[in-house]
Amino acid sequence: MLDVRDLHAYYGKSHILHGVDMKVAEGEIVSLLGRNGAGRSTTIKAILGQVVLEGSVRFRGEEMAGLKTFQIARKGVGYVPENRDIFPTLTVRQNLVLGMKGTRERGRWKLDDMYRLFPVLKQRADAPAGVMSGGEQQMLTLCRTLMGDPDLVMIDEPTEGLAPRIVEQVAELFDEMKSRGVSILLVEQKLAIALRISQRLYVMGHGRIVFEGTPQELRTDDSVRKEWLEV
Amino acid sequence: MEFFVVQLLNSLSYGLLLFMLSSGLTLIFSMMGVLNFAHASFYMLGAYFAYQISRYVGFWPALAIAPLLVGALGAMTERFGLRTVHKYGHVAELLFTFGLFYLIEEVVHLVWGRAPVDYRIPQALDFAAFTIFSTSYPAYRVFMMGVSVAMLLGLFLLLTRTRIGTIIQASLTHPHMVEALGHDVPRIFMLVFGGGAALAGVAGVIGGNAFVTEPGMASAVGSIVFVVVVFGGMGSLAGAFVASLFFGAIQTYTVAMDYSLLDLAARLGMGIAADSPVRGLLSVSVAQTAPVLPYLLMVLMLIVRPTGLMGTRET
Ligand SMILES: Nc1ncnc2c1ncn2[C@@H]1O[C@H](COP(=O)(O)OP(=O)(O)OP(=O)(O)O)[C@@H](O)[C@H]1O
Ligand SMILES: [Mg+2]
Repeated sequence: MLDVRDLHAYYGKSHILHGVDMKVAEGEIVSLLGRNGAGRSTTIKAILGQVVLEGSVRFRGEEMAGLKTFQIARKGVGYVPENRDIFPTLTVRQNLVLGMKGTRERGRWKLDDMYRLFPVLKQRADAPAGVMSGGEQQMLTLCRTLMGDPDLVMIDEPTEGLAPRIVEQVAELFDEMKSRGVSILLVEQKLAIALRISQRLYVMGHGRIVFEGTPQELRTDDSVRKEWLEV
Repeated sequence: MEFFVVQLLNSLSYGLLLFMLSSGLTLIFSMMGVLNFAHASFYMLGAYFAYQISRYVGFWPALAIAPLLVGALGAMTERFGLRTVHKYGHVAELLFTFGLFYLIEEVVHLVWGRAPVDYRIPQALDFAAFTIFSTSYPAYRVFMMGVSVAMLLGLFLLLTRTRIGTIIQASLTHPHMVEALGHDVPRIFMLVFGGGAALAGVAGVIGGNAFVTEPGMASAVGSIVFVVVVFGGMGSLAGAFVASLFFGAIQTYTVAMDYSLLDLAARLGMGIAADSPVRGLLSVSVAQTAPVLPYLLMVLMLIVRPTGLMGTRET
């Protein structure tokens, strides 16, 4: 479904990604791991057309490199950023509705699904999103992206700084997404979660893919874990 | 009392006019992070276009057509000018709007000359609406207030009650996120810039004939609007609203007040000797200070509160 080949990305003059190859199949959960600064967020932003890039990004066989971000999003690519960019002055409901690409609920997700999965979003529906807690804001960001009915969602460090109970809820949402046929490209710091929910994993270092394999393969590969993951 | 009430109405109508300019400028600033120096030029164009159009088809069609033309010009300015310049950073954008200001002024010189043009209020509105005590109040002033309030109410409802309004609100602070959700943010920028210009155009249409339509009007009004947005807090619509009404009042009342500190001293029974060195300073009337007062207040505000009345970000 997503096929990235020889992806290079730049911030001004600095060359950040040096030829990344990666694939996500239909309905698959794939994790992208690595230490801070490895280039994981940059990979996601490049796929989304938010940074200067070279190389090929194909989505359902169609070349997306060179398209504008909103065009890529309309093709069915969702994005949940690492800094929880909610719209703080808008209400929770307005945030969710802005996730929709048209004026009507379409596709897999309805507002009521979100309210059922996260009742707090319903309780706070008319409150400004800025007053919610960090965990609630993370839920809102995820749900807002889902309201756009993406077929692939790229999620950047969703569990960072969240309480264990909330982390569990996020993991449950991923299960729900998988059961509805949504593919996920996940950047995750917590190795345990990534190993548990992913079908395949990539490890990045210095802007390159240094490992590709299944959770089982990564578990048994001590050298990769030592060299590229543990601090 | 009579003076007070009449001036209150005048300052309200002037303040609302200022807000039609400062609200657009504020929205554009929040969006681009750059102050649009040419904003008042759209006000001037609104007045000149209305003057020209009303010579052929009368005031009422001009009231609708002139702002639409100005809005289209604004949208094109964003689409083909600022969007290209944006790559080179804020300074380049600032210089672009600066250049545009002079460009528009020169074009106005070329087309309409340097003297004021004879843009008058329409005959249908050239009567006294009512009489306060012994002063009759012009209907056109009432009409100005009506148009301003209607436009601003429309703007408010658009921003808070419609889908495009919430997209605009979100784009003001998080344009990248809004675009990642699949919204055409570049188009939103163009619409906001065009809408802001159109609003300034409306102000020009109704203000140009109430005051004077001449090539200096953009810089005169532009500097006051600049003071208003800095004083109110850059990027804050509420701040711009309060500051617009405040400076509308300041300007209206001060120019009409002929008192000086010397009069005050005399009333308090303090005689100041005719040859006293401070006598010259004390005899300056309030009206004479009117031109500098806004800038003085802006500087004071920046010293006390660098973010302005309700602003959140440093300029
Ligand atoms: N806006 C930017 N301008 C210049 N360099 C940047 C920018 N953003 C990131 N970088 C650099 O690019 C490299 C990769 O950053 P990236 O954000 O992709 O890392 P990451 O793997 O997501 O790690 P983390 O999120 O923990 O920082 C880093 O060296 C970082 O300093
Ligand atoms: Mg990152």
